[in-house]
Amino acid sequence: MTIDEIKIGGLGASRSRVEDNRFVRGKGNYIDDISLPGMLHMEILRSPLAHARIKSIDASAAWAIPGVRLVLTGELMASRNLAWMPTLSYDTQAVLATDKVRFQGQEVACVVADDPYIAKDACEAIIVDYEPLAAIVNPTQAMADGAPIIRDDKENQHDNVIFDWEIGDKDGTDRAFADADVVSELELHYPRSHPSPIETCGSIADFDRSTSKLTLYMTSQAPHIIRAAVAMVAELPEHMIRVVSPDLGGGFGNKVPIYPGYVVSILASILLERPVKWIEDKTGNLISTGFGRDIYLRGQLALRKDGKILGVRMHADSDHGAFFSDAQPSKFKIGLLHSAFACYDIPAAHLTARGVYTNKAPGGVAYRCSFRVTEAMFFQERMVQAAADDLGIDQAEIRRLNFVRDDDFPHRTPFGFLTDSGQYRKCLDIGLEAIGYEDFLKEKQEAKKNGRLLGIGISTMTEPLGAGNSREYDILGIKMFDSAELRVHMTGKAILRTGAKSQGQGHETTWAQIVAHELGIPAEDIVVEEGDTDTAPFGMGTYASRSTPVAGAAVSMVSRKIRAKARKIAAHLLEVSEEDIDWELGRFFVRSSPDTGVTIQECAMAAYSNVPDGMEPGLENNAYYDPPNLTWPFGCYITTVEVDPETGVWDVLKVVAVDDCGVRINPMIVEGQIMGGLAEAYAISSMQMITFDEQGNCVGSNYMDYLLPTAWETPGFELHEVVTPCPHHPIGAKGVGECATVGGPAAFVNAVLDALKDTGVRNIDMPLLPDRVYEALTEHHDVSGAPPLRTGS
Amino acid sequence: MTSLFTKVSPEPTTDAGVRRITVSINGNQHTVDVEPRLLLAHLIRQGLDLTGTHTGCDTTHCGACTVLFDGTPVKSCTMFAVQAEGHEITTVEGLATASELHPIQESFKDEHGLQCGFCTPGMMLTAKALLDENPDPTEDEVRWALSGNLCRCTGYQNIVKSVLAAAARLRSQGATDEEEGETS
Repeated sequence: MTIDEIKIGGLGASRSRVEDNRFVRGKGNYIDDISLPGMLHMEILRSPLAHARIKSIDASAAWAIPGVRLVLTGELMASRNLAWMPTLSYDTQAVLATDKVRFQGQEVACVVADDPYIAKDACEAIIVDYEPLAAIVNPTQAMADGAPIIRDDKENQHDNVIFDWEIGDKDGTDRAFADADVVSELELHYPRSHPSPIETCGSIADFDRSTSKLTLYMTSQAPHIIRAAVAMVAELPEHMIRVVSPDLGGGFGNKVPIYPGYVVSILASILLERPVKWIEDKTGNLISTGFGRDIYLRGQLALRKDGKILGVRMHADSDHGAFFSDAQPSKFKIGLLHSAFACYDIPAAHLTARGVYTNKAPGGVAYRCSFRVTEAMFFQERMVQAAADDLGIDQAEIRRLNFVRDDDFPHRTPFGFLTDSGQYRKCLDIGLEAIGYEDFLKEKQEAKKNGRLLGIGISTMTEPLGAGNSREYDILGIKMFDSAELRVHMTGKAILRTGAKSQGQGHETTWAQIVAHELGIPAEDIVVEEGDTDTAPFGMGTYASRSTPVAGAAVSMVSRKIRAKARKIAAHLLEVSEEDIDWELGRFFVRSSPDTGVTIQECAMAAYSNVPDGMEPGLENNAYYDPPNLTWPFGCYITTVEVDPETGVWDVLKVVAVDDCGVRINPMIVEGQIMGGLAEAYAISSMQMITFDEQGNCVGSNYMDYLLPTAWETPGFELHEVVTPCPHHPIGAKGVGECATVGGPAAFVNAVLDALKDTGVRNIDMPLLPDRVYEALTEHHDVSGAPPLRTGS
Repeated sequence: MTSLFTKVSPEPTTDAGVRRITVSINGNQHTVDVEPRLLLAHLIRQGLDLTGTHTGCDTTHCGACTVLFDGTPVKSCTMFAVQAEGHEITTVEGLATASELHPIQESFKDEHGLQCGFCTPGMMLTAKALLDENPDPTEDEVRWALSGNLCRCTGYQNIVKSVLAAAARLRSQGATDEEEGETS
């Protein structure tokens, strides 16, 4: 009997989520829910100043508070060679400050006490004497002559520049510009944003002197990288470190890096021989942990009169904060910014980038994106829009004209990536149809007569998801593959473990669906575990939408290894040769006699009870998957807005998303990912920004000042799909978690600027707060730059 | 020095820095001795081991710590435990029975109204307070009612769908109960 794949929860089933059974009961197990016997609590004292020399630290009053067990300062860390730690980008970062503080919120001291209230009291009792220094809060100040050197701890650092980097064909690009009819230009700032999962970071370090083993429970999207890093930093042997990442209350890139709090909790546990828990507060999370974006971009498009793009020039000045700790592949200094314009057929491109230190929190994390891809695609789509306006060409038409054609794959992008599949025009057409493009243009003209400002914005992009392939992608030299281990038990039930780590993506549900698809074992018979380095195979974790492209592929591959062994067992059970049997979902059968067969469950039983002579018993295996290429999903996002000319407030009328993420494992979950991404796109374009004053004070240090949209502001979304299977992924899937966050912001910004088109305004920097829109609308000039640098032009 | 959380004890106390309170949580009476500055969220989480009430922002903005206080949603991260003296608290653990999920929990599952699950307990309790008052809300009413609870994963659309589905479920359950009442 043929198995119905959807019924067993296989590929394409919108199977309800396994993890929800505990989450809706409040039975999730997040870091702060874990309590160990004898556990102590740690709090961090942070710097109130952005740049200052530490003259002295007096912790005597803190030590005197009953219940205080340990006060740690930079000096004590230094005595153990732990005052500094390596970052994921080959820089160093202070664990606890010794010489200077370099950003507001930097970790200065830690207190461990019987409860967190006492620890907080004691932090307040520590007296730090600072000598304030001038703060640098943007790249212009950082690169100015005579600017104070932030990283004077580094011997060969004589300015604030971290890197100068370039890629592309400069000469070819110069020639393209010489041949151009028109050159369009644009300059913008992609503001600093914080991923801000609702759950902050935290850890519980538990060092057991009797076994010399350290167990580190922590909020990590990549627990195996942490184990390797802890082995290097803390000089503990790797086999004596167990990292456990429990349920995560969101991540979005924020929980990839290694933060000082984790490291100090480890030392505290070693010194006190008790478990030490650190739970960051929200302000600590917002002002000290990995931000996203904060990059100044300028560029030019060389255009033919008809709208054909001949060449691209881009320059980026990126603000990395006080320590270069971007979590990104080591080969590329500015992430994958050079993935810009990948969906367009452009002959020549050249990109230069400069990274600088400032007195702001470090990070540069891939906030719901694949290493600066968000910045790349935002700039691309804003640039294309500006070019369409400059040439007086329809914004849909200019995209259609420049798209890579469906029959032109594989295609080399202007900066050298290889895209492999897509139906870009089809996606755009579906989007235009869904938004009612032609009708809206008419409605817009009508509305104008009544003084109403309507606008429509388009954003189309393909982005590189799923790092990597190991030829080009590594973090700290570790190649970016991923892994899966599958154990099929005697009764045909199974346990699957992977090197990825879900933060809400639903791996416990979807990985089982891949196994069900490959083996015909019902998804409900497969339990999925992740996040414990003692049991899970080595993997690089979950970020950059890499789980499905890499770990998901490993799940397929290990299932196929299991099937290959089961096939030999089936031949033995059926007493025919292996060549004479065929596979259908869940069952091997004799080709000449299809009614004669054995199920995968029968093969599993035989693997433990009746193996052929010479075969190892058991039905277990693992797979390490190194993808041949990135996956290239495509997204088309179209929004319509109405701007109130009296206030600059803009309302979203409609949002349409057309996503091609290849084969969908669980359509319900895919749609959930897209809607979450769209909400963040709306957030970033409309309100979300971490900003600083001239003294380097972070003005977004809590949810009163750092605006996140609620259910009330967030618009509704209409979703559509196109399926172009990824040609190299075992089940044709592509990454999807970040597409809408990457492609979405430009659709909102383009729509608002479209509504303001008659004013001649070319740019308003995000977030498009009403005051910025109002200023552009009434004063007819661009509104650019982050405060305090913000200028009208 | 004993820690704040080990002070939760039914034994009489002579410690002047401690207050004795009786709180009803999910229908169970708890008499506990607490420091006056102990936050309600911490009493619930660490003191009574009901860790479904999460703390997200410490400043009343995110709503992950929402509990029902005599039926009204409050943010337990900015309320002192002593303020709960003599009041009835409902946490997420009080929604389901041993065998059956509450219709709101069922609907959040069915409509994919959660991803990481961290905001979910607070969302569901706020939704419960809304549906107790207004069994047939519009989408706008749901969005407004939930605007004190932040979610970073879902984009809210499926949360709103979940609440509307739960409302329909509760109404039809109510209608069935009424019918059964009439026929018996």
